[in-house]
Amino acid sequence: MDTLPPVASGDVAAPLAPAQLRELYSLMVAVRHLDTSAIAWQRQGLIPGYAPELGQEAAQVGSGYAVDTTRDFVFPTYREMGVARTMGVDMIAYMSTHKATWHGGLYNPLESRLAPIQAVVAGSVLHAVGWAHGQTLDHKDGVALSYFGDGASSQGDVHEAMNFAAVMKAPVVFFVQNNGWAISVPTERQVAGGSVAARAAGYGMPALQIDGDDVVAVVEATRRAFAHARAGNGPVVIEAMTYRRGPHSTSDDPGRYRSLAEERDGAGADPLERFRQRLLTEGIADEAFFAEALAAAKAEEEQIRTGVQALGPRPGAEMFDLVFQETTPTLQAQAASWREESEHV
Amino acid sequence: MSNSILEGGTTVAAGATANTVVLSMQQALNRALDEVLAENPKTLVFGEDCGRLGGVFRITDGLQAKHGDQRVFDTPLAESGILGMSVGLAMAGFHPIPEVQFDGFAYPAINQIVCQVARMNYRSRGTLPMPITLRVPSFGGIRAPEHHGESLEALFAHVPGLKVVSPSNPHEAYHLLKYAATRPDPVIFMEPKSRYWQKGDVDPARADAADGAPTGAKVMREGRHLTLVAWGAMVARCLQVAGLAAEDGIDVEVLDLRWLKPIDAGSLAASVRKTRRAVVVHEAPLTSGLGAEVAQLITQACFDTLKAPVERVTGFDVPYPSGDLEDEYIPNIDRILFGIQRVLEYKRG
Ligand SMILES: Cc1ncc(C[n+]2csc(CCOP(=O)(O)OP(=O)(O)O)c2C)c(N)n1
Repeated sequence: MDTLPPVASGDVAAPLAPAQLRELYSLMVAVRHLDTSAIAWQRQGLIPGYAPELGQEAAQVGSGYAVDTTRDFVFPTYREMGVARTMGVDMIAYMSTHKATWHGGLYNPLESRLAPIQAVVAGSVLHAVGWAHGQTLDHKDGVALSYFGDGASSQGDVHEAMNFAAVMKAPVVFFVQNNGWAISVPTERQVAGGSVAARAAGYGMPALQIDGDDVVAVVEATRRAFAHARAGNGPVVIEAMTYRRGPHSTSDDPGRYRSLAEERDGAGADPLERFRQRLLTEGIADEAFFAEALAAAKAEEEQIRTGVQALGPRPGAEMFDLVFQETTPTLQAQAASWREESEHV
Repeated sequence: MSNSILEGGTTVAAGATANTVVLSMQQALNRALDEVLAENPKTLVFGEDCGRLGGVFRITDGLQAKHGDQRVFDTPLAESGILGMSVGLAMAGFHPIPEVQFDGFAYPAINQIVCQVARMNYRSRGTLPMPITLRVPSFGGIRAPEHHGESLEALFAHVPGLKVVSPSNPHEAYHLLKYAATRPDPVIFMEPKSRYWQKGDVDPARADAADGAPTGAKVMREGRHLTLVAWGAMVARCLQVAGLAAEDGIDVEVLDLRWLKPIDAGSLAASVRKTRRAVVVHEAPLTSGLGAEVAQLITQACFDTLKAPVERVTGFDVPYPSGDLEDEYIPNIDRILFGIQRVLEYKRG
């Protein structure tokens, strides 16, 4: 599906240059390696939990690549590690949330342009609309990029967000990663009307349903949607069709709702392998480049792991200090008795 | 000494009888649901991932295979939808037993719970009862991500038209769920998720008179010097504390409130009239928490005999913190012992 009208030609970015294609590959390898390593970290007891994104690298890296961190703002869920990495977020600070150090992560949302990690499904979709409307009010040209899943699209908040955004012509890109599953429930038991993209018509919004495993297609679609929204034409829905391989989270057991054979058949080609073949065929990269990209990814993962390992718990006093900008006497009293009883000071 | 609520605190169940079986709380709840489904063809079990997966905590494990996908099913991912649909099903004569996957995700359903579930009976002058048993895996202690561990009891208990109950061990879980799921009114059933895997004796026949009325509180340990009042996961921790206090010659009674609405004020008064001192322990934040309600009920019934003001040991007025700070937030053994010390050492001014 593609109901997005063509935008004025000046707004469309040039086709991706070979160096950019190689950069996309390097990002995907870094994300793949960090993602699979994070599962291992959980098994080793370094972190209590993690939400893997195996197979969603193209959707995440491709869409994140279209973001202009000088003016746009991204609203993630709990599964957008690849987006964060692509945007250049400090990955130790990002991973801290999975280490149970601090909800939302330790990165600075204002500087990184990435809202805190969000555990409530669809919790941030309306926030994206509000931020985007603020851009309109301030005569700025930033676009909000809202990530959510096919499962999240069942939440009432998503319907309210789409309606608000369309009514207010807010510059929002609703980026749905339809990875086939919402934990154990397949898309056909989750989404009525055929697809999330199909719903856009009801709100008078254009939509694109794309191959979310083709990183180049994802970059191009996201750029088009950004251009549309940035030009003041209102929101766009992108539904990136992909597949979540492996478990929903490190505490999930996918064997209870699908077989390995079903996973293999449903997942299709590995987006990373697919892109690699393309780069080889088109002569854009060679084996030496791939080896180098992997080596860099490994070195990066090692540095992140060391950083995550070194992260101690935050001092307990922060629990009280960070509740308000202006604290209350009750809270101060609670903090004092906590120090007495728990820190014995 | 461990401060993890995943450990310690053995179950004080009915004295072992010929009927007694050893089950985890997860198994006890699963068995109760299985029996309720078998006994009442109008009961329905549903929610996110409740069907094929058996729920993320496996409480509904195997129920779809046994009772069919019309009676045990997966819903789309929409808590307001789940509760709103429950209202309509109840109007149509069913007894829905929905699940909200984690406590923090009851918030998207609050509108339906407060404005609809809790009021339909009243609004319809009793012609549209809401026999809905909403199961909510509740409270913290498992180092879960944000919104996966919250203490919503005061919020629910404050809403007219809802009843609230929380089991503390497998025996209680089995019986309280079976009881709740046969009532004609909406019951919020708060399962302490940190206790799901803890095993204990379950007597399905409920042979022990010590269980008392199914709507009442229950003395889990007798004592003379003071009463610790708790519910859910905090009961096990209080039993642990009582054991430690006994080493210092302090004889602590532990009262499992069980019902958070309505509160069994009679049992509360009986215990505190005997011990003359009380400490309420809960995971929820202090301010406007249920501890205040309990303290007031005690004050009202026992003012003449109290030797000290009722103390509270609770979570703090902070958003439920991340796993690393969870042990600082949840009342730990030290903080409960300090609370005990405060009431024991209280001197009239
Ligand atoms: C409001 C809410 N309800 C329930 C959950 C528990 N939960 C976490 S992820 C998930 C499935 C989400 O599926 P989808 O939106 O498709 O995203 P995916 O995890 O597949 O990326 C559920 C039910 C939650 N986090 N938030």
